[in-house]
Amino acid sequence: MAIINVSNTRVRGIAACVPKKEESNYDYELTSEKERHAFIKMTGIETRRVAEEGVTTSDLCYQAAEKLISDLQWDKEEIDALVFISQSGDYILPATGIILQDRLGLPKTTMAFDINLGCSGYIYGLAQLGSLISTGGIRKALMLVGDVSTATSSYRDKSTYLLFGDAGTATALEYDKEAPDMNFNLQSDGAGYDAIIIPEGGLRNFVSEDSFKYKDYGNGMMRNGIQVALNGEKVFHFSMREVAPNIRELLENQLGKTLDDVDYYVLHQANMLMNNSIRRKLKQGKDKFPNSIHRYGNTSSASVPLTIVTQLKEALTNQTKNLILSGFGVGLSWGSVYLHVENMVIPELIEV
Amino acid sequence: MSIEKFIDLVEEEFEELEKGTLKPDSNFREYFEWNSVNALIIIALVDSEYDVSINAEDIQNSESVQDLYNKVMQLKEAS
Repeated sequence: MAIINVSNTRVRGIAACVPKKEESNYDYELTSEKERHAFIKMTGIETRRVAEEGVTTSDLCYQAAEKLISDLQWDKEEIDALVFISQSGDYILPATGIILQDRLGLPKTTMAFDINLGCSGYIYGLAQLGSLISTGGIRKALMLVGDVSTATSSYRDKSTYLLFGDAGTATALEYDKEAPDMNFNLQSDGAGYDAIIIPEGGLRNFVSEDSFKYKDYGNGMMRNGIQVALNGEKVFHFSMREVAPNIRELLENQLGKTLDDVDYYVLHQANMLMNNSIRRKLKQGKDKFPNSIHRYGNTSSASVPLTIVTQLKEALTNQTKNLILSGFGVGLSWGSVYLHVENMVIPELIEV
Repeated sequence: MSIEKFIDLVEEEFEELEKGTLKPDSNFREYFEWNSVNALIIIALVDSEYDVSINAEDIQNSESVQDLYNKVMQLKEAS
């Protein structure tokens, strides 16, 4: 089991940036009004933010990072690490994190790299960057997390188009001997690799002229090979099966705590019905489960930090709270962290 | 859990179903539109209330409410 305890690392602040352009799922023209309403009722997704063509994930993360650095009054010369976590980088190569090091004006003494994960990325990233910081060799670090998923979803595919929204986030971490431990439980199941997949454009199915041709998969699902395909039922079963036990294992078996010890459960925002069902399995009240999905949709790896910024700013700015953060999806990959936070710096949501 | 309780839960989940509409031998496709969204709602209901996982095919193959309830009970016993 990947049970990881990270000490000496404090989460100092979180910022998030979304595009100004908003789309409403009530306006989607390719399904009946009745079907639209049923979809919105199940997923909870009413509106989503959509990046203009040419705007990348790193553009959104850049805005979030500049604002966070400024609000924290950090000296850029002291930022020793930058990690970019996304499945929508600027180029196939080089890694986007390296470009961001320069764009943000960080020194050449900063280490920078990418992690290629989606829905679970925020949790995996905290574990990896936190572990590096805990060694004492890094003073301050930035974790830039998000996706522009709308660029690779087909308008003519009702099973994906209505789900995704775009967002980029920045999280500031700092070496601090007084910081309480962060405790992780990380898992994976590659047997489900095709549950959420962009099948073409990588080396397994190299991009070809055919990659751009739309195919009709029936039932309102038309897309090409470089657009995302999603098996909703498979993802649903996976989430229902794995998420609650992952959290219980961490809290109850590894940490000897109870589910009631947690002030807030911040779950990846994939589908409201799914999150409500997970909540019922954990036998917890609605107040403990903040949601951003209604207004911003499924924002992939940005969903956990975006939910914190939009829903928990007041609660986490001047208070001390125990959180469970949990990410689950594409990979299949999932994980949770138990986190004790106090006096975080959380700027207002940025819109560009 | 009895079939009456099961029917209660299903009726609570679907606003368009008035209480007392469904009977064990009701064909539930006659009562609300059959689609993947409704299938997921049933899957979630069964999973969180009965702690077993049915799939869309199980629901598709169930003619009546009783059929579906039997499937859930069968899975419950096997688990």
